[in-house]
Amino acid sequence: MTTWLVQHLTAMRDALRRLFGAPLNTLLSLVVIGVALTLPTAGWLAIENLRAVAGDNPGVQQISIFLTLDAGQPEIAEIESRLQQARPGSWRYVARDEALKDLRKSAGMTEIIGSLPKNPLPDAFIVTPGDVQPESLELLAKTFASWPKIAHVQLDSAWVKRLDALLRLGKLIVVLLAVLFAGALVAITFNTIRLQILAQAAEIEVAKLIGATNSYIQRPLHYFGMLQGALGGLCAALLVSTGSHFLTPPVAELAQLYGGSFTLQGLSTTDIVALTAIGGGLGWLGAKISALIHLRRIS
Amino acid sequence: MSFEITAGEMVFLTGHSGAGKSTLFKLLAAIERPTSGTIVINGQNLAALRRNAIPYLRRKLGLIFQDRKLLFDRTVLDNVLLPLSIVGHPVKDAPRRAQAALAKVGLPNRAKAFPITLSGGEQQRLAIARAVVNRPAVILADEPTANLDAASAIEILEIFRAFQQVGVTVVIATHDPLLMARLNPRILRLDQGQMSEPLCAPAANGIAS
Repeated sequence: MTTWLVQHLTAMRDALRRLFGAPLNTLLSLVVIGVALTLPTAGWLAIENLRAVAGDNPGVQQISIFLTLDAGQPEIAEIESRLQQARPGSWRYVARDEALKDLRKSAGMTEIIGSLPKNPLPDAFIVTPGDVQPESLELLAKTFASWPKIAHVQLDSAWVKRLDALLRLGKLIVVLLAVLFAGALVAITFNTIRLQILAQAAEIEVAKLIGATNSYIQRPLHYFGMLQGALGGLCAALLVSTGSHFLTPPVAELAQLYGGSFTLQGLSTTDIVALTAIGGGLGWLGAKISALIHLRRIS
Repeated sequence: MSFEITAGEMVFLTGHSGAGKSTLFKLLAAIERPTSGTIVINGQNLAALRRNAIPYLRRKLGLIFQDRKLLFDRTVLDNVLLPLSIVGHPVKDAPRRAQAALAKVGLPNRAKAFPITLSGGEQQRLAIARAVVNRPAVILADEPTANLDAASAIEILEIFRAFQQVGVTVVIATHDPLLMARLNPRILRLDQGQMSEPLCAPAANGIAS
């Protein structure tokens, strides 16, 4: 147990010494790994933020049911009872007179409405569905439209669907980017470790001749790959956080111009830890593969 | 051929170039594997040794290579620390242990030096220090006095004899007649892959031929 611990500590120290022994090399590797991890991370963060915008807007998930102008109280009661049976979520009834009153309050509308000979607005139900999946919203709207005395069912799902499709596409692109750049990180580490093995061929040969196990030789290389990857992950987190820090004020300003309030969410502590862990894991993988392949050539 | 070396013995493997001294050295250290026959060290048959057991066998042997295989980018002390690091010796105690090994071979004051600044004899002593720092029961040396002047060669030999006197088995492959004349040890002569024992100076114990 103590021997095991000593060997791991020694390997870790060895790896750290090698990392800081060639600061320029290390810095360049970290920048490359950092940039490689930044792109998918930034993409992921953008998708997460967009999803937050889409999810926060309650107006999106409403279905308006407009009745025909000749619909009277019995028809309204009929719709009401049908809604009670269908249980689509919550709803409220907006009478045509009430709607007109509301409209009159809006700026500049009083005169226009005053000039109208009679109330042009229909009676309406506004449904806030419990299930906000675009597919189920679509289904609900279809059901409502099939009921009697319904003039129009309005669902703002067109753009919800578009946004959803866009988010899904964006997610896919981020996943592809992530796979691509994960491969790059593994390749970078693979090459770094290959160069190290070449540089230390004499040392490795001697160590093996006097009783070093393969684990003894590989351990510092694994640690090196892991540390380099983890530090690269931290670099990426730093880059993304800096980027989102600079983007936050203009995004808030833009949101305000559209009458909303929205703050760009940066990376959380968990995200940073995860990014570091992913970087470390990929670096370890690259080092492991490289060590397996290149150490075989040194007898 | 067949031969046996008992614990605590000092044996010279001799024969002219190409006789197979180095091959025998490599077979004993499991650097090369036998195609047939058996080599038994401490009851362990090297021919049947699994690959991943080889490092643990080598740790029990103090190996001194013909080309010394010193690491020239490390200090003398770091060279001696390497075997301790390999077996996972406590880091705090390692320098003291390495320093003791250096003292035993007469290099107590060269710890901070780099091997390139050492003379041939000193480099050889460093190679011995590295071989014995883990206190092996067996020392195997391949041509330890090659390219050394007579005085240095004798010093090296005295070091080996000191180890033998404290119970370490010492096997030296050499073709240096000077050494043999001086110590009058048991000599195994290799010739064309055949083994013979021309001068059985000390009691030849346990030989099967």
